[in-house]
Amino acid sequence: MADALARTSLHGRHLALGARMGAFAGWEMPLHYEGARAEHRAVREAAGLFDVSHMGQLEVSGPGARDALRRALTNDLAIGPGRGQYTLMCDAGGGVVDDLIVYALPDRYMLVVNASNAAACLEHLDALLPEGVELADRSAEVAMLALQGPAWAEALRPLLATPAALELEYFEIAEDLVAGVPCLIARTGYTGEPGVELLCPWDEAPRLWDALMAVDRPPAPAGLVARDTLRLEMGYPLYGQELSRARTPIEAGLRWACDLEGGVFAGVDVLRRQAEEGTPERLAAFRMTEPGIPRPGQDVLVEGRPAGRVTSGTLSPCLEVGIGMAYVPAPVAAPGTDIAIDVRGKTKSARTARRPLVGASPKPS
Amino acid sequence: MAAEESYPPDLRYHPEHDWVRVEGEEAVFGITWYAQDALGEVVYYDPPEVGATVAKDRSYGELESVKAVSDIYAPASGEVVAVNQAVRDRPEVVNEDPYGEGWLIRVRLSDPSELESLMDEPAYREYLAGL
Repeated sequence: MADALARTSLHGRHLALGARMGAFAGWEMPLHYEGARAEHRAVREAAGLFDVSHMGQLEVSGPGARDALRRALTNDLAIGPGRGQYTLMCDAGGGVVDDLIVYALPDRYMLVVNASNAAACLEHLDALLPEGVELADRSAEVAMLALQGPAWAEALRPLLATPAALELEYFEIAEDLVAGVPCLIARTGYTGEPGVELLCPWDEAPRLWDALMAVDRPPAPAGLVARDTLRLEMGYPLYGQELSRARTPIEAGLRWACDLEGGVFAGVDVLRRQAEEGTPERLAAFRMTEPGIPRPGQDVLVEGRPAGRVTSGTLSPCLEVGIGMAYVPAPVAAPGTDIAIDVRGKTKSARTARRPLVGASPKPS
Repeated sequence: MAAEESYPPDLRYHPEHDWVRVEGEEAVFGITWYAQDALGEVVYYDPPEVGATVAKDRSYGELESVKAVSDIYAPASGEVVAVNQAVRDRPEVVNEDPYGEGWLIRVRLSDPSELESLMDEPAYREYLAGL
């Protein structure tokens, strides 16, 4: 028997909206409501609201917290209070333990980690942190909503106690009341659209959700399928697909999130060497140039021979062509290279492409 | 918009959630309401060629949603005489009208007696209730 799935505090809201629920990282989560493609387009064109309460929140505080985290995280952590940073945690061999966002708050750091990796991150941090630096798992106490899309501010504005959150820059974070609920409001997300992520007390999420759904032009409730197609159009990696202990940030094209000059984190030597010498394989995004939808696990063919493996694939709701990501030999990863995908025995042509695959950007507000 | 749940009484049903409508020596195949609902929005249809033979209980093509791929199984054996181009052009027709405009292939049956092993509507509903 499978273990019982965990439920977020918004479970009843999802059922009431007629969501198709499914298992993800040990959680019973909404896959889609009315339809994943409509939800995807709503996020690109207006706004969508995601329950991402399954994600983990770890807090690190106390004197020496920053130095301790620099031994665990790949990025430079050169952020003051009120800012976040995309970063990774690696093992000694440079393999990815998790990718995450670390936020600097006035009195602590908060790490928002993947649900499936929260335990691994805790273990990894626990082994690194010295006396006096405290580590706390807040995952069960903190709910998280992602309000994403160009119309995010219109949905949020009427609920804010002060307008300060509307002025946040990309990757900034602030505290405020939203519909009377105390929230951390971060200008982050994983859709490629501007928007915010709202972190609030677990049991208050339904009140926050209801308030957002009751504004004049409410966001469309959006599920994990749309979340996946949105991030894939941007070429953002997903742990378990593009990222794993068997891959390094360098192979995944995440050199920009690694402080190789001053870094003191686990695996830095391996990453430094890979950055200098190159890696045999690199992560590449691609689009199909004929009908067909690539799927994870399928072979990438170069000159007719298997040369790589698809890690994610779908039909892009915006481009209406098959898109995906794959690890391929480094020379093949250059954008514009002709490849093919073995789609269940049928060879379908494709071409590697620059990321993002669509014209979206999370930066304009 | 997705169709309302229904299982027409004039069809025969295969346990893999495929239906067949017999029209003389030919038959039309498609997937049931249950199958399209489980799959979600259909976005791609990969049909067999006209002239290909299909074998009972074997996959003859694929339907894909944004998230998943589903094999489609032949409820009976025969030769493909037509493929529904409308579904190739607009795959969501399968969700909108699974028993009508969303049909998948038309087949000349090679062994109509195979149909006897399929379920009628009450039997299929009972089968669904047990899933």
